[in-house]
Amino acid sequence: MVGAHPGTVVVSARDEVLARLRAARDAGGATAPEVPREYRRSGTAPPGSAEVVDRLVETLTDYKATVHRVADEDDVSATIADILENAGVTTFVAPPGLPARWLGEVTARVRPDEPPLSVAKLDAVDAVVTGAAVAIADTGTFVLDALAPDQGRRAITLVPDHHVCVVRAADVVSSVPEGIARLDPTHPLTFVSGPSATSDIELDRVEGVHGPRRLDVVLVAPRA
Amino acid sequence: MTDPGVTDLGVTDLGMPTVASDPYGHLRGSEPFPVAARRSLADTQLRQNLGHATRTIRAKRAGVVAEVDDWEELRRAGEGIKADVMARLPELLVQFEEAVTARGGVVHWARDAVEANRIVVDLVRGTGAQEVVKVKSMATQETGLNEALGEAGIAALETDLAELIVQLSDDRPSHFLVPAIHRNRSEIRDIFLREMPDVDPELTDEPRLLAMAARAHLRRKFLSARVGISGVNFAVADTGTISVVESEGNGRMCLTLPDTLITVMGVEKIVPTWSDLEVFLQLLPRSSTGERMNPYTSTWSGVTPGDGPQTFHLVLLDNGRSNVLASPDGRQALHCIRCSACLNVCPVYERAGGHAYGSVYPGPIGAVLTPQLTGIQGTDDVSASLPYASTLCGACFDACPVRIDIPHLLVQQRAAAVDAHTRPTTQDVAMRAAAAAMSSPGRFSLVERALKLGRLIGRSGRIRSVPGPGAAAWFGARDMPTPPAETFRQWWARTRGPSS
Repeated sequence: MVGAHPGTVVVSARDEVLARLRAARDAGGATAPEVPREYRRSGTAPPGSAEVVDRLVETLTDYKATVHRVADEDDVSATIADILENAGVTTFVAPPGLPARWLGEVTARVRPDEPPLSVAKLDAVDAVVTGAAVAIADTGTFVLDALAPDQGRRAITLVPDHHVCVVRAADVVSSVPEGIARLDPTHPLTFVSGPSATSDIELDRVEGVHGPRRLDVVLVAPRA
Repeated sequence: MTDPGVTDLGVTDLGMPTVASDPYGHLRGSEPFPVAARRSLADTQLRQNLGHATRTIRAKRAGVVAEVDDWEELRRAGEGIKADVMARLPELLVQFEEAVTARGGVVHWARDAVEANRIVVDLVRGTGAQEVVKVKSMATQETGLNEALGEAGIAALETDLAELIVQLSDDRPSHFLVPAIHRNRSEIRDIFLREMPDVDPELTDEPRLLAMAARAHLRRKFLSARVGISGVNFAVADTGTISVVESEGNGRMCLTLPDTLITVMGVEKIVPTWSDLEVFLQLLPRSSTGERMNPYTSTWSGVTPGDGPQTFHLVLLDNGRSNVLASPDGRQALHCIRCSACLNVCPVYERAGGHAYGSVYPGPIGAVLTPQLTGIQGTDDVSASLPYASTLCGACFDACPVRIDIPHLLVQQRAAAVDAHTRPTTQDVAMRAAAAAMSSPGRFSLVERALKLGRLIGRSGRIRSVPGPGAAAWFGARDMPTPPAETFRQWWARTRGPSS
């Protein structure tokens, strides 16, 4: 583009930044090196194996999540009922696609997020119950996919103070690379490793800041 | 859609790598490192706080790094991915812009800090909001966005606990990860008691209760916020995915609840593909907080109907990064993932603290990044003092999760600082004198005899200053041992020489 004054050009910030970066890249070197990928891209044990599930229990517990192990999906609803009752939960939110069988024995009142609850209503419920897309044993992490029907939009697992998450053994992988490979990067994702925490005071980890302060994981894994 | 941001420029300016603008002095400090460091070294409370915090984090990091048997392979992959990104940066950015735009995001480009601030201020004004919630972001600290918003009558509320502590006490951050690392728990309690109107007056200094006080203080703000502002940890070129890595959930609040999200990102934050996160999500948490994984990592791509902010603006920031990229070795400083491991292991940082560097980027990586972002203007540019804030011990390289050769860059930046001299310094004069003295044995022995004079001014065993032009500058950062009564050559001549 030619500007209004002779000897000047009108340039968008985009064009100028890109031109600067091209000139800089060429001056500093434009040869892309081969990336060495000799790190482990698969885990030490197969997904869902007893070894991987045991490690997940360890790492989750280490970062102050409470793990409830059940052998069969039929046992999930009784376990959730116990967790909610013991925590004094009277109302909880559930994503629209949460399997009904997980709530069969639950006595607390469920508020389905359909139509979506306002932030004020989310703030008024005691807990949230969801599934998970994948769990990573090495790091004690589970990942929530906002577009998965049993996990729901991000706000429902953020505003309530108590999160109960059901993880199936088949979704438990050993390593971060295996977890990343199972996820869709175009969906909003939340990687959760223990309850909300901070290390900002003298670098000591303290659990419980803005996210849910209490985290229960119901792990559906047959005993080996 | 892209923001045109059209400006008139002289033809010669187009496309030349350019140093940063620094409208609020967050990059270039106001005094040289040795002057600032001397003051912080005298602060025993600060040294105690820093010593405790860095010892704690070093032990935690060492423990979780030792768990990973392919740590070195991960470091090499991280280094390789970042080097690849630098070699393809313009193309990756264009690809990223396309992906974000296709998913409903609006991409803006900013040449420098002033332009980035103007873009964000205009966007916030457009929403009519008087207040924004912010998740900790180095890029917006660098540009001084909070000050720019404040001048426009918009309150910017920092929500990260440590940032909140810094903001409430009208202080400056001193660490990437833990901006209030220079404060201990009882100082934090005092700040909360003084600055939080609704806090329980019985608040103790127990960290759990301090965290609860921050939760109570911010919760209403989060639930009613209309505009959130964030930075970026990693941005994926091929999918347009952005990630923010955090602990407290304040990030999730800012990224999820407001109607409008504005994200400011230094152009170097790109990674080529989603699977590259498998490397960085292993390297970053273990190197930074010493955890296997931080409590929360959020990723999103453009706008998702029915989930999170329905308006998403992304500001891509140069602000001196093109100047860094133009240096074949120096561009390694752009590989930094802001983990802060190099700060925690640095013997200079541990004692001097982050404020002494004068830049939002302190520590070893800051000492090589800051002077490249600002450029070095003349002999007395304070940025030029930063590369000397190191013993070159190499601990920073060993700790760096992406293998940035910081000691090498420190030496290079020292050379750049010397090259920036416009007239001979005391050191130049001294070196010339030394060259002359060493050019003949006769001259050298004359100098040796003269050295004894030094014993007259170094009564405590150290010489802290000498008379003479420019010597004050040299001794500003150094002292030297008093010369011995006899040099080696004199001793040799006396005991073993031909005359004995």
